[in-house]
Amino acid sequence: MDLTVGPNQFFWSADRWTGFYDELASSPVDRVVLGELVCSKRLPFYQDRIPEAIATLIEAGKDVALTSLALVTLKRERKQTSELAEMGVEVEINDLTALPHLPEGSKFSVGPLVNVYNEGTLAWLASKGATRICLPPELPLASVETIATVGADLGVSIEVWGHGRLPLAISGRCYHARLHKRTKDNCQFACEDDPDGLDVRTMEGQPFLAMNGVQTLSDTYGCAAYQIDALTQAGVSALRLSPQSKGFTDLCDLYRQLLDGKVNGAHVAGAIVGIDDNIRLSDGFLTGDRGVEWSGNQPLTTPQV
Amino acid sequence: MVMEIVCPAGTPAALRAAVKAGAHTVYCGFNDETNARNFPGLNFDREEMRDGVAFAHAHGSKVLIAINTFPRAGNEAIWHRAVADAEVCGADAVILADPGLLDYAARNHPGLRRHLSVQAAAANADIINFYAETFDVKRVVLPRVLSVQEIAAINAEIQVETEVFVFGGLCVMAEGRCSLSSYVTGLSPNMNGVCSPASHVEYREDKGVLDARLGGYTIHRVGQNEPAPYPTLCKGCFGASDKTGHLFEDPVSLNAEQLIPQLQKAGVTALKIEGRQRSRSYVAQVVRNFRAAVDALEAGCPMPEGMLARLSEGQAMTTGAYKKTWR
Amino acid sequence: MSQSQASIPLFPPILARALRVVPLAPLSLSLTACSRNIAKSHPKLFRRLGEYDHTRFVLDPVDLPFVIYLDPNGGVPRVTVIRGNGDGAARISGPLAALIGLVHGAFDGDALFFSRDLVVKGDTGAALALRNAIDDAELDLSQEIASISGPLAGPLQQLIAFAERRTGVCLTRPEEAVAW
Repeated sequence: MDLTVGPNQFFWSADRWTGFYDELASSPVDRVVLGELVCSKRLPFYQDRIPEAIATLIEAGKDVALTSLALVTLKRERKQTSELAEMGVEVEINDLTALPHLPEGSKFSVGPLVNVYNEGTLAWLASKGATRICLPPELPLASVETIATVGADLGVSIEVWGHGRLPLAISGRCYHARLHKRTKDNCQFACEDDPDGLDVRTMEGQPFLAMNGVQTLSDTYGCAAYQIDALTQAGVSALRLSPQSKGFTDLCDLYRQLLDGKVNGAHVAGAIVGIDDNIRLSDGFLTGDRGVEWSGNQPLTTPQV
Repeated sequence: MVMEIVCPAGTPAALRAAVKAGAHTVYCGFNDETNARNFPGLNFDREEMRDGVAFAHAHGSKVLIAINTFPRAGNEAIWHRAVADAEVCGADAVILADPGLLDYAARNHPGLRRHLSVQAAAANADIINFYAETFDVKRVVLPRVLSVQEIAAINAEIQVETEVFVFGGLCVMAEGRCSLSSYVTGLSPNMNGVCSPASHVEYREDKGVLDARLGGYTIHRVGQNEPAPYPTLCKGCFGASDKTGHLFEDPVSLNAEQLIPQLQKAGVTALKIEGRQRSRSYVAQVVRNFRAAVDALEAGCPMPEGMLARLSEGQAMTTGAYKKTWR
Repeated sequence: MSQSQASIPLFPPILARALRVVPLAPLSLSLTACSRNIAKSHPKLFRRLGEYDHTRFVLDPVDLPFVIYLDPNGGVPRVTVIRGNGDGAARISGPLAALIGLVHGAFDGDALFFSRDLVVKGDTGAALALRNAIDDAELDLSQEIASISGPLAGPLQQLIAFAERRTGVCLTRPEEAVAW
């Protein structure tokens, strides 16, 4: 099974951004998707660093793809989206808006924010040129299996969410701006202070969600460490690791060792929560009754008052 | 052209109430997971749907059937059958969101008019034109993330009709792109047609304080005699950094009644009312109100004052994303 | 802030006190008979309950000195009136006029709930199913009760007539509530 690094979901400074991809060049991942997924206002801060990062990663032998925005509404966002293919690397569409802008006949990949829930949509995307689909994190294992089986017939590789705070929703409204009583147009980049999203707790103090500008994530970090055998059997060919600010290359090493059978799921899960004591894990979307559940032994749903 | 009022009906009785109250069009769904209001006790079996369509047609109203969840892998036949049955029932159109299902309907039921559901969150002219060209979609229900100006700009660039929400519950997230509910309850709008389902709601009253919990998480806490909003996840009261409040959205509901003239100028064809889960009494009142509003507009009279506040969640109203500052 | 539907009248306390001495067993029998008539004339009502068609509902008119158990029993309903709080899977509490107004479609359940004139406890999904099923049935309780025979027919009809008079006007003419 391959490892794909998904696009960074958060707003990092240009230097942190560059440093992250420089480090990633020497880590044991197969594929890197980069670019701005969440908010078009962030892009100018590091846009000029993208070509160099792509070159570095390709030089290091990685497959590289460029993501589209997750929600395209404004004129400048439409323009950005239409220009994606000009960078010369594969495009990962995370909003179907990107699809009509791809050059006729070009191959593309599909990110987890496009609603691929079934084999009909998979087949339709394949007919348009999709060769790789990272499924929405919400999908249960049974759906993953059905889709991967059809994907194998149609030459589409299936990837699932392997690690990171789960992207649960995208909105027209910026919650970071709202929290600071600002409008989105005058947000003053409030999200920059939260390199892994801002924790949202219930009134009882229970960890719940994380806000990231216009995006809402889970409090828990999705973690497929206990699911590798099931996913392999289901025909999944890649795990997606979503960037976080701390210990990410260690994390790539851990998952690589896990896929190579050198360590077990419990070891990986333990090491992940060791990186940061504010990390709680979940894998319930795949096999639990609900997304927040965790098949490891860490008690998660008890209120931490 | 008078603007088309598109009204919800969760039951045959609500459908009849809506038609009698002057709805140009009613939308409803089958009683299964194929529609995005798959609530206990709601919706239409096949016979009720056929009768409902016949009743509406006899009174000069249209019926749209929402098949707007995303088919479950390996079980697409349930959704395919719903599309086929919608055509047999005489529906004037189906409202679809899933590209695979749109593709299926376009190929197998080309004569059945297709509308793009708000659940597809088609938020710009490029993607709307793409849906129109690819699946011959005739109308797009716009997601509730756009301002009136943006809607006008979109309409200038597309050929198909647009329908916008003017009243009722308000998704603060882009529709069809939210899995908050399944994260907490295992059931989601996209897969199961429910958001923050009642089966996972628990109310606890203690010393005059009412906690509304969903899947074990406290979403609201209100004092005695305060309005008690339903614990919809995105409208809950939470804490982040040193602040506590409705971080995503207040427990308000949408009322764009006073924006109807602007929406007409923006080129909108149809005005949609949310609330298939609401009673026939609600439906009749809201429909009467909006019908009067569009008739007044057509006659060149001023908009009548609204009487709808009492029917709303938490009894507060917003114009949502239609005004840009909402963002 | 809150604008409770203050227009919903309460059952007059004097009459409510009088109801304390009404024998409950015959009342239960009458209401059971009535509910079975409804089941016959509105079979869809019970079908709409779906998975909740064996759920025990507690209907609690807060202004009356008893609660009503409704057991749909798969379409052969049983109604039992008891004193005290009662215990069931789902409880819907509110003034009698609100409960009856709900049945007659004079009120919207969500609106009553938001204003807390109506309180749901226990299995919210079941309560919702019942609400929706009843809303679709377009019942006329006074007509249903009129079909009851026996010694309680008269008082029950008066009860309904009273409540109906109230709910029929309270949405638009709240001042009437004071006049009582």
